[in-house]
Amino acid sequence: MAFYFISVVLLGFIAVYALMAVWAERKVSAWIQDRVGPVVTGKYGLLQTFADIFKMLQKEDITPTVADKKLFLTAPILVFTAVFMGFATIPFSPQYISSSINIGLFYLLAIVSIEVLGILMAGWASNNKYALLGSIRSIAQIISYEIPAALAILSVVMLFQTLNLQEMCIQQGVLSKQSLYFFGFWDVTKVGGIFAWTIFQAPHLLIAFVIYFIASLAECNRTPFDIPEAESELVAGFHVEYTGFKFGALFLAEYAMMFLVSMIAAILFLGGWNTPLPNIASVSLADYTTGTYWGIVWILLKALALVLLQIWIRWTFPRYRMDQLMTLCWKVLIPLSFAMVLFSGIWKLFILN
Amino acid sequence: MKKKKSILFVWKGLWKGLVITLKHFMSPKRRVSKGIQDEGYFHQREGSSTLRYPADQLPVPEVGRYQLAIEMNDCIVCDLCAKICPVNCIDIEAIKATEDIGKTSDGTTKRLHAAKFDIDMGKCMFCGLCTVVCPTECLVMTNEYDRSFTDPKELNYVFAEMSVEEAAQKRAAAAAADLAKKAAKEAALNKPSEMKGAQQ
Repeated sequence: MAFYFISVVLLGFIAVYALMAVWAERKVSAWIQDRVGPVVTGKYGLLQTFADIFKMLQKEDITPTVADKKLFLTAPILVFTAVFMGFATIPFSPQYISSSINIGLFYLLAIVSIEVLGILMAGWASNNKYALLGSIRSIAQIISYEIPAALAILSVVMLFQTLNLQEMCIQQGVLSKQSLYFFGFWDVTKVGGIFAWTIFQAPHLLIAFVIYFIASLAECNRTPFDIPEAESELVAGFHVEYTGFKFGALFLAEYAMMFLVSMIAAILFLGGWNTPLPNIASVSLADYTTGTYWGIVWILLKALALVLLQIWIRWTFPRYRMDQLMTLCWKVLIPLSFAMVLFSGIWKLFILN
Repeated sequence: MKKKKSILFVWKGLWKGLVITLKHFMSPKRRVSKGIQDEGYFHQREGSSTLRYPADQLPVPEVGRYQLAIEMNDCIVCDLCAKICPVNCIDIEAIKATEDIGKTSDGTTKRLHAAKFDIDMGKCMFCGLCTVVCPTECLVMTNEYDRSFTDPKELNYVFAEMSVEEAAQKRAAAAAADLAKKAAKEAALNKPSEMKGAQQ
């Protein structure tokens, strides 16, 4: 029973989050470009995206006559389901995790790869040149960028010796049973807070975080890696033929994916549900601000801040060319992430022993 | 061989871009409604450039040349404006008065009734020629620019104040006066010697 309850709450949360993220995206882009964005519908235009989605649900559901009907229908469902399933192993607080399995991170990487399949199906089934080109680009990009992302994650996993996301969170704060070191020299097991976060446990993990963040941008097709959807070249990429509810599902999945990768980044590198406030002498801020509700607040704040950063980056940087994109991935990020894995091994063997 | 740029150069560039967008993100969001005649109109470089139109409006100069308006009391129905109009948007129907019907504010005597004085703002191209030729300066361009209608027929502004019955009455009177005049003229033609005698 609780299982269904949690999944319904999660689905509701993701739907509302996605609508608000679209609103935030429009507002941020408008402000960056010296416009005002949506202002008319509701206070500060907050109801704009709700109005948009109601319009979208009422629209005629068109399937192109030459499209592959079954695949065309399945693709958006698959994409959204894949992203939604990813939230199963995400811990929201020391108590709340849908499924605390010991292959959590491995499962997440596998789930994220399924999205690629959905995108290929969408592009292929549309029977449209632009859609097919977009989906092919998307696949080439996502599969390539999964390697640096996975290697950056691996460098963290080597340090924590676990794939369970809940245990990873525990090892980044005051609840840890092992001793934690700030950059390997200062014992912060009792101090906690921002000093115990993964990125500060070893100097190279900061670089691993940057690698993961760049790769995650590419994985959710965000600028500067948005060549699958490049409006100026491909109309809208793989979802060019989609309308109404199916388009809504694809759109929702895109924003849910942004949130999912931000959640993973927050858990792996930024302390998960741990507080950023450290214990200072007798003032134990970290102990006060660690708990079920605090945990939900902290992890959502961290993930939403990363989403905001993604939006900010989108409206600042221009798009990469395909060859530049591949160069960055294969010639820069992958060697660098291999080096991070090597450093992690050295760190674990020689510094933390 | 292209010169290799250091990784620091790249990050500096990225950071610079982010700072620029952040600056715009933080800038004020409401545009001040400043007219062209206000101080610093050409120095509004910061902040939102969107004018939320019906809520905020730019002040326009008092001598703005937008929609036409006419002061009918001063109009002598000379038809000059209708003749000069390049797009024929002014439609006038004049009725001769039986006697002088008053004076305009600049002292010109009015001899014609305006049964119809329509200006079709949908056709108007705002050239202002009609205001130039108007001898009594009763046809002017005003600073009012914001008038919108759901029915395009409403764009045809009606300025004549005469009702249909009144116009018919005036027309009949004019016709009668015309007839009387014609009769008088014919009577005069029939007695040329008398006329001549009278003139002499």
